[in-house]
Amino acid sequence: MNRLKYIGGTLCRMLTLLAAVSVLSFALVALSPIDPLTAYIGTNSTLSQEAKDAIAEHWGLNDPPAKRFLAWAGNFLKGDWGTSIAFKKPVKTVIGERFSYSVALMLIAWIFSGTLGFLAGVFAAVKKGSLWDKIIKTFCLALQSAPTFWVGLLVLSLFAVRLGWFPIGLAAPMGKLAQDVTLGERIYHLILPSLTLGVLGISKITLYARQKLIEILSSDFILFAKARGENISQLVWRHGMRNIALPAVTVQFAAFSELFGGIALAESVFSYPGIGSALTAAGLSGDVPLLLGIAVFSAIFVFAGNLMANILYGLLDPRIKEGRANG
Amino acid sequence: MDRKTARFNTRTRVMVYIVLAFVYLAGVLLWGLLMDPEAYAVDYRVKFLPPGAGHLFGTDFMGRDMLFRCVKGLSTSIVIGVIASAVSSVIALAAGVAAAVVGGKLDSFVNWCVDLCMGMPHLVLLVLISFMLGRGMKGVMFGVALTHWPELTRIVRAEVLQIRAQPYVQAAYRLGKTRMQVAREHILPHVLPVYLIGVILLFPHAIMHEASITFLGFGLSAEEPAIGVILSESMKHIATGKWWLALFPGILLLAAIMLFDVIGENLKRLLNPGSGHE
Amino acid sequence: MEEKQEKMALLDVQKLRVSFDMYERGLQKKELEVLHELSLRVYPGEILAVAGASGSGKSILAHAVMGILPGNARTEGEIRYRGELLDRKRQESIRGKEIAFIPQSVEYLDPLMRVDRQVMGIRGAKEKQETAFARYHLGKEVERMYPFQLSGGMARRVLISTAVMEEARLIVADEPTPGLNAEMAMETLQNFRELADEGCGVLLITHDIDLAFQAADRIAVFYAGTIVEIASVADFLAGKEALRHPYSKAFIDALPQNDFKPIEGFQPYAGNLPKGCLFAPRCPMRSGECEKEIAMRKIRDGEVRCVHAT
Repeated sequence: MNRLKYIGGTLCRMLTLLAAVSVLSFALVALSPIDPLTAYIGTNSTLSQEAKDAIAEHWGLNDPPAKRFLAWAGNFLKGDWGTSIAFKKPVKTVIGERFSYSVALMLIAWIFSGTLGFLAGVFAAVKKGSLWDKIIKTFCLALQSAPTFWVGLLVLSLFAVRLGWFPIGLAAPMGKLAQDVTLGERIYHLILPSLTLGVLGISKITLYARQKLIEILSSDFILFAKARGENISQLVWRHGMRNIALPAVTVQFAAFSELFGGIALAESVFSYPGIGSALTAAGLSGDVPLLLGIAVFSAIFVFAGNLMANILYGLLDPRIKEGRANG
Repeated sequence: MDRKTARFNTRTRVMVYIVLAFVYLAGVLLWGLLMDPEAYAVDYRVKFLPPGAGHLFGTDFMGRDMLFRCVKGLSTSIVIGVIASAVSSVIALAAGVAAAVVGGKLDSFVNWCVDLCMGMPHLVLLVLISFMLGRGMKGVMFGVALTHWPELTRIVRAEVLQIRAQPYVQAAYRLGKTRMQVAREHILPHVLPVYLIGVILLFPHAIMHEASITFLGFGLSAEEPAIGVILSESMKHIATGKWWLALFPGILLLAAIMLFDVIGENLKRLLNPGSGHE
Repeated sequence: MEEKQEKMALLDVQKLRVSFDMYERGLQKKELEVLHELSLRVYPGEILAVAGASGSGKSILAHAVMGILPGNARTEGEIRYRGELLDRKRQESIRGKEIAFIPQSVEYLDPLMRVDRQVMGIRGAKEKQETAFARYHLGKEVERMYPFQLSGGMARRVLISTAVMEEARLIVADEPTPGLNAEMAMETLQNFRELADEGCGVLLITHDIDLAFQAADRIAVFYAGTIVEIASVADFLAGKEALRHPYSKAFIDALPQNDFKPIEGFQPYAGNLPKGCLFAPRCPMRSGECEKEIAMRKIRDGEVRCVHAT
């Protein structure tokens, strides 16, 4: 009961925010001086004025923005996300295709940065003040300040160009038909971009896990456990992990937002045909339907991350699960 | 003796960082602003020179000197970063203080706006704003300036709430001081340090986002020397092994960002000696 | 009493000093001594109460015995357990086994671990935990609870259960009763009495002198980071004439059931201590001798740190 109420409340709040995000996105795009019609037919089109007006009328460009928004939102809810101007395909299809490429990339980067970062953070906290701790800390601070695309460029120029271990870009060998691409080739092309993306996500989780574990290790219940004979590894495994795992996972889920931003940059560097490069393409070519679609999709993605973190908390933290009623 | 050196070291270290960062940033800024465009003029006779005595950072595909271009680009980034963090921090201060002092509906509204802005990936929001303003310099400037306030707003709001709960502030209210008086005499002086550190830490984010959005092609036009543009160009030549086109501009950018981070973190430590019992 | 003195002390603390490295504003380092030349003994089968005002550093004593002081603490002096020096290594090997610590509050339990696993600890068996729960009237349902679900009384009994999981000979209890009503406080004391009667030594640290009167065999009066007098409960109950140290006397006078006469002045702050006797600035018997180092001495079956005591 308690749990349902908690998750229901979170979900409700997120849905209202999601609605607000789509209004905001629509408003921003609608205010743009970039004319979708020009973007569609090109600047030196020979189309007659009447034909242009007809298209504008057909798209509803002459309607007031509020009416346009309602029409767009209504269609959006019905599953019609419009047609991408740049790709000449339905927005939903484009997002689906592109996201299927990105999801592998993000998942690998997310899991890689999460596990490695968590372990590095725990290690640094246990060795607090040592040389290792300082190295890990400095490394994280440097990574935090490094722009994603620059790290991508360095990785590319070292591993792909100089050493020639990996392909320079794309998601599959050039010129090969999509159905002929093997899983091995897909993975081969995934390694460098996901490495770039993962390395950048690491510092946040490492510094968080380190900080949190240091906090936990100085709490009263650790003192008591120590007084009962537990040694440092028992303290870390029995109590430390138990108390930092959930918050750390939450932080990692909350990083969905940065992951999406990172993917736009990483895909741009590695010419990887994912949703991030679709966003860039849509923005640059004035493809309003696709831009809107991706904006709302990205918000859903971020909310999904937050929601999962909230649900995990509800399921796993006894203080929320069993309520404070008997306390 | 021991005590004195410990104190001296920390203070000195922070001062050294601050001076270093300031010299670096001010130097780059002035050098860039006063630079004669001839310094990075096109010269096809010397294209793609690797780093060497004549051109410390090498030259690009049009034979332009990379060192001068990078400095010019970074100075542009710093200008944008300063303006953007100034605007964002003013928004954050106003919104954070108002939310905490007025409370009630306004507080919920500010919180809601913060959640709204954080509900979309930052980069997507930047792309949308830049799109709204028809891309270009204006788009980047507004985008970066209008999207960096949420986190700082939260920090300011939390700080104000904490101070307001203190007994002496409560007493001031009961003594009949107006809200404005209490805000000016008691709350602002305590929030200010936290706020200033927040502003300093905001700066690197602003520069980083400026470079990112420019790199993607939404920002400054390709003719202008901006770090994002330079790195974006370098992408085309990396496959042929022109590594210096990417390495040096990035290092300059990284140094600027890190120095700001270091200043912010060290100031934080100086102001909260409680965390330093190690 | 005579008989007891001949037995080997279970815990023998001699001239214990504990100081902390502190950072003040602007990262200035400073050493702060919180325990000064503190000496006491605990014998098997007795409860020694260490009584003193809240916030005067009594818990530090418990933490020093258990070896769980924070990293910036430094200790001098000697702690012996059953005649053997209790150094860091020995502390690590016997704490939780021979020496049990009972902390102040539920905050000392891992918030995310169920109570039964927590009471069992690293060595404990399930049967032992069940026996302990039965002994302290903790229901089966408590086993599956998390600390935040425990009531004050339950939490107290859970914490005491942890002490009987192994055959501890020495029990160090740090403020075990605050937040409990009179009935439950009595029950808790009863539990300590039982443990002592079974042969354990109990070091009971408390700010509640009434509690010490009811439960303890002897009381050590703690003042400003040291112990000024150790005497049997009988002496305390007999009134101030039977006591030795001017502070103990004034302390007894200040109790509500006696004259309710407050002692003038304040306990000195750890960073700003007087020379020699720490009570001298507030003492009516103060003289030049009080500025010298004052050692603990035996008078009438008790111990006192005062040159004027008789």
